[in-house]
Amino acid sequence: MSETVSEKTRDRIMYVLAMLSAALLTWNLYKIFMILPDEKNQGAIYRIVYMHVPSIFTGFTGFFVALAASALYLITKDLKYDAFAAAVTEVSLAFASIVLATGMIWGRIIWGIWWAWDARLTTMLVCWLIYFGYVMLRRAIDEPTQRARLSAVVSVFGCVDIMIVYKSIEWWRTQHPAPVLSVRDGGGMGPGMESPIYWNWLAFMCLAAILVMVRMRQESISREIDSLRRMAHAY
Amino acid sequence: MTPFLRATITIAAKDLRSEFRTKEAFNASLSFSVVILVLFSFAFDPTSEQMQSISGGLLWLVFSFASALSLNRSFARELQNDCLDALVCAPVPVAAIFLGKALANYLLLICVEITALAVFALFYDTHFSQQLGPILLVIALGTWGMTVIGTTFSALTVNLRMREVMLPTLVYPLLVPALMAAMTLTTDLMNGMPLGGDNLLWLRVLTGFDFIYTLLAMVFIDIVVVG
Repeated sequence: MSETVSEKTRDRIMYVLAMLSAALLTWNLYKIFMILPDEKNQGAIYRIVYMHVPSIFTGFTGFFVALAASALYLITKDLKYDAFAAAVTEVSLAFASIVLATGMIWGRIIWGIWWAWDARLTTMLVCWLIYFGYVMLRRAIDEPTQRARLSAVVSVFGCVDIMIVYKSIEWWRTQHPAPVLSVRDGGGMGPGMESPIYWNWLAFMCLAAILVMVRMRQESISREIDSLRRMAHAY
Repeated sequence: MTPFLRATITIAAKDLRSEFRTKEAFNASLSFSVVILVLFSFAFDPTSEQMQSISGGLLWLVFSFASALSLNRSFARELQNDCLDALVCAPVPVAAIFLGKALANYLLLICVEITALAVFALFYDTHFSQQLGPILLVIALGTWGMTVIGTTFSALTVNLRMREVMLPTLVYPLLVPALMAAMTLTTDLMNGMPLGGDNLLWLRVLTGFDFIYTLLAMVFIDIVVVG
């Protein structure tokens, strides 16, 4: 009984988040395309920043949340943290893919090439590969506690790589645009141009939360099917 | 000598002894590196100027491919006769087992790499005698990074169905910072540039990488092997 009540609450939370996310995205898209002017040097293509930057914020937030969940699993050995970490990592990987895709489209227009082997791009790709390996590793292990344990360790190792990504812009010479956001002492964007980035971030975070919830439900259903199958085999 | 150190040295000696008797990993890694070196000669003109500017990268590709061969088997060879279970049951810390295995792998890899370096110099007419010391330092640091990550993931993937596929998929992306630093440094040194200026930054990346991942591996190896 309590299971159905909590499931109903979860459904309600999901609908609220979905509406919030849809409303925010619609308003942001209107603002980005109809109100904001073209950028002085880049023209219309600069608008891709409103997808690119919020995606990387969402992706990296997710990877850090996954790190925390993995650490919590290693401390408590509770499989629900593992399911959460797995769901968050998969969703963050999707957002990391958006970062790479939007960045490549922008690069094709501005630099004239799809890809530059610059420090930041390379490390972002490496980061993507590491978490892709994480997802592959989970597929390769059947036993739930072993899968949880080993993927938690990989999550920790991968997160160290993310720190290197973040520091890379200071460590290595790079042709990736310097940070323009005022929170990172950039201050390079015109008035009113910066706020849609944060609003989109919020919308993306809501979207990510919904996806994580859907993924976790899938995970719990697949666990249920697994145990039913085992019961069926036992008879 | 502390018990931890003694256990480490015992494990390392055991691994080295069994390797010395069969010479399996050494022969496999070395012949594989020579094969790759031969294949490289078809990929581009080995006598050109271009050769100098990519020598470091080539060398580290050879090293990393060859290392995968021997590191792959580091924990897997303990599966026969349930040796791994016996090792875990032994009254020594898992970190000591790990460190012992890493040390044995390290010494083996260094031997393979020094030989491959000589073969490389012979076939590709490279001159690096003036910077030999710094090059050996970079090889020492880079190889330790590869060994730590490789040994950790050898333990991590030991019981997996698709071990041979999973290990490189996980290991190479993690190794990128170390390999990138080692490649840049080696290329610069092979072109006669001394260690200093911009190079020191890469040396710091390499040292930092080694330090961070050695620490992480020592902390997490217990979870990986025992649970």
